[in-house]
Amino acid sequence: MSIQTNNKVNDGFFAKLASSPSTDEYIKGLWRENPVFVQVLGMCPTLAVSNTAMNGMAMGIATTFVLLMSNILIASLRNVIPKEVRIASYLLIIATFVTMTDYAIQAISVELSKALGAFIALIVVNCQILGRAEAFASKNTVWKSIMDALGMGSGFILALLCLGTVRELLGSGSIFGIPVFPDSFQEWVIMILPPGGFFTLAMWLMIFNARKQRKETS
Amino acid sequence: MNQESLLSIFINASLINNFVLAYFLGICPFLGVSGKMETATKMGGAVTFVLIISSMCAFGLHSLLEAIGAPYLQLISYIVVIASTVQLVEMFIKKVSPALFNALGIFLPLITTNCCILALALFQTNKGYNIVQCLVYAIAAGIGFTLALVLMAGVREHLNLAEPPNVVKGTVLTLMIAGILALSFMGFAGLGSS
Repeated sequence: MSIQTNNKVNDGFFAKLASSPSTDEYIKGLWRENPVFVQVLGMCPTLAVSNTAMNGMAMGIATTFVLLMSNILIASLRNVIPKEVRIASYLLIIATFVTMTDYAIQAISVELSKALGAFIALIVVNCQILGRAEAFASKNTVWKSIMDALGMGSGFILALLCLGTVRELLGSGSIFGIPVFPDSFQEWVIMILPPGGFFTLAMWLMIFNARKQRKETS
Repeated sequence: MNQESLLSIFINASLINNFVLAYFLGICPFLGVSGKMETATKMGGAVTFVLIISSMCAFGLHSLLEAIGAPYLQLISYIVVIASTVQLVEMFIKKVSPALFNALGIFLPLITTNCCILALALFQTNKGYNIVQCLVYAIAAGIGFTLALVLMAGVREHLNLAEPPNVVKGTVLTLMIAGILALSFMGFAGLGSS
């Protein structure tokens, strides 16, 4: 609901300013309504594959691809799909693109496909993708949906990178597989294990909360 | 065929590789409905129920897809089966016990997008379990999910009386508790040397 009203306000505001509303759709996903840090959606892949920066990046790109393609298709079919079966149709469209992505990743890199495991297939049930389809693509034009998908996708990649770099840096002393600390550095093994994921995400959300509260008080 | 013993499957899925705390599956309901003990147990029960039914359906479906030689349809057919199972279960409960239906409310349809259901179907296929192993796996996964949810709800109910600083209120605090729970569940790791 809030997303819809937001759009209306922004459209009016930006029309007056003769600025481009599509840029705004992009920035919205990347920052103001960041899927992970602000909306707290799509938690499962965020926590599970962010143990290294590279895994996070790959997962982010795969999710963005699925989000983009499904948003395009759903936005162009929005007047054809009957209301009663829309969720089932969205799921089918998303599942098709996820299968494509899954096979593509297996073809590109067996190593990466092993590291990400079942989480590529689980993009189907990432609530963020179904959420964008329902809240945005089913009501907006194709162009706007593309910008929305790119924005949300970049926001998701940004969040995964934030988590991935911190966990990899502390957990294995490297970034993108390149060692940055001297050998004497004692690795915090806990950071690449499941509890580290919860703690790192909690820390990032805390930083966002603190920033928001400071803004509100000043 | 996988020869893993049933007990080993059970302990593995419910404690050592707990779906929520070790695999990060089903985090959304874990964070969302773990505020009260009552809703947590009901949600756990509903998810376990759907897990068992969809696991059995996925087993049959996998054999069918193998027979006609179309493994690329796996994901698509699983998600359709899960969505329709949830719909059927919803209709069935509504007809048989309206009281239970009202108690579960919105949680029932939301189970479709709970990733632990689809993950269980995919994992059991990857591991090549037979039908009895699948059944035990589904029950254990459901119990593991319920356990995590109930533990979390217990901690959060007690935390209502505490006064955390403003910055950690809400999701942050829940995630921190989840982290500590995950830490303690790592202690089970030594159990599963089968």
